[in-house]
Amino acid sequence: MAEAEKFNHWEAIQQFSENVSPIDFYLIFENWRLFLDGAWHTVVLVSLSLLIAGMIAIPLAVCQVNRVPILARVVGAYTYFFRGTPLLLQLYLIYYGFSEIDFIRNGFLWVVFKDAWWCTLIAFTINSAAYTTEILRGAFEQVPRGEVEAASASGMSTWKKYSRIIVPSGLRRALPAYSNEVIFMIHGSVVASTVTIIDILGAGRILNGKYYLAYEGFIAAAVLYMIIVFFVTRGFNFWEKQWFAHLRPRET
Amino acid sequence: MDSVIAYMPSIMKGTGITILVSIASVLIAVFFGLLGAWGKLSNSRAANRTANAYTTLIRGVPDLVLMLLIFYGGQQLLNDLGDATGLWGYVEINHFTAGVGTIGFIFGAYMTETFRGAYLAIPGGQIEAGVACGMGRVSLMLRIIWPQLVRYALPSFSNNWLVLLKTTALVSVLGLHELVYESMTAGRSTRELFPFLFVALAIYLVLTTISNLGLRWLDRKYSDGLRRA
Repeated sequence: MAEAEKFNHWEAIQQFSENVSPIDFYLIFENWRLFLDGAWHTVVLVSLSLLIAGMIAIPLAVCQVNRVPILARVVGAYTYFFRGTPLLLQLYLIYYGFSEIDFIRNGFLWVVFKDAWWCTLIAFTINSAAYTTEILRGAFEQVPRGEVEAASASGMSTWKKYSRIIVPSGLRRALPAYSNEVIFMIHGSVVASTVTIIDILGAGRILNGKYYLAYEGFIAAAVLYMIIVFFVTRGFNFWEKQWFAHLRPRET
Repeated sequence: MDSVIAYMPSIMKGTGITILVSIASVLIAVFFGLLGAWGKLSNSRAANRTANAYTTLIRGVPDLVLMLLIFYGGQQLLNDLGDATGLWGYVEINHFTAGVGTIGFIFGAYMTETFRGAYLAIPGGQIEAGVACGMGRVSLMLRIIWPQLVRYALPSFSNNWLVLLKTTALVSVLGLHELVYESMTAGRSTRELFPFLFVALAIYLVLTTISNLGLRWLDRKYSDGLRRA
């Protein structure tokens, strides 16, 4: 008895959703698995590329700050190129363009470059590394002169100076700017859906294509992105408070 | 290489459209930005809330999602409204309008912060002095606020412009025949995507370089009165 009533309840909601409500929210919930998969792809792609990009960016930024003869120039050209061109085109170049190069097509690299997922990961990583390098360079240069001089005066070698003083202090200083880069990366990751990856937007596009809809998929995607950005922003605010605790005015 | 030269006219046409989209959308963005900054700074509660909702929404949702939503959803909405009210028949939003409108709307939110910050950088005493001299709202705006607003807003504006220029590449997903779309079409028909995509990247690099130079010149020009050293 109770079972039957519950069933009617759902049916009523479905009826309302399909016929009265301007947005068929019931359909979105029915396809929750599609969006969950999409969210998973977005989160994995963005966090993996950010992680790898961060690891690449630290040595590159150190090269630039230290003005290593030829390397600093090369790194400068790299960041200029990838920051001056759209991510969409970089992704297209790697996904469509690289498959035309014989040496990639016939070599072992083809395993990587024939797969849209790996191409996307590579494009995101290279792009993010370029931006992160510039952020870190700025942060490393802002480390107070006195701290660096004190390190030299204590007889630290260049390696020690960087690993113990400049990099840890600079990373902390870079946090506010870096949180922007993370948000931009989440926003930028939507281009993955243009090379067949089913990320959040990809899920929305599939839903719209399947049922011939105009809003539902995109609205669901927009809401999901907003939720992710909200939590990431919250996380960074919390993190900043923790790391900058020593800079907060003392409470009396 | 020969094929690239053969397709150069259509790529140049695409570049022209990219530039056109960028300039048209930056104008819309400045309009929305000024409106948003006014909303955030005004005393009206409703204006404050609207402007805050606007910037929060835009910062949360990726540009391509909004673009697709406005392009497909907006069209449906317009037609549904037209059917319901009987005021207009079938409307079709073209790619250019949807692209420019959306990019302008999105960057308007970033421009809001730009102009708000710039306005707050103007020392309050100057505005008070203006009022004390008997300046009306219009001359206060034209003589005191605007010239300084431009100067203070310029660094952040430059940044937004460079991001906007790269965002226009996304309009190709809607099907507007701009630089990315044209080079993809050319590359697909010649079966040589790599050189065409590389040309497109190079053109974007040229555009950003020119913008950088131009914006630096503007910055110098507008901060003439500031630097004394």
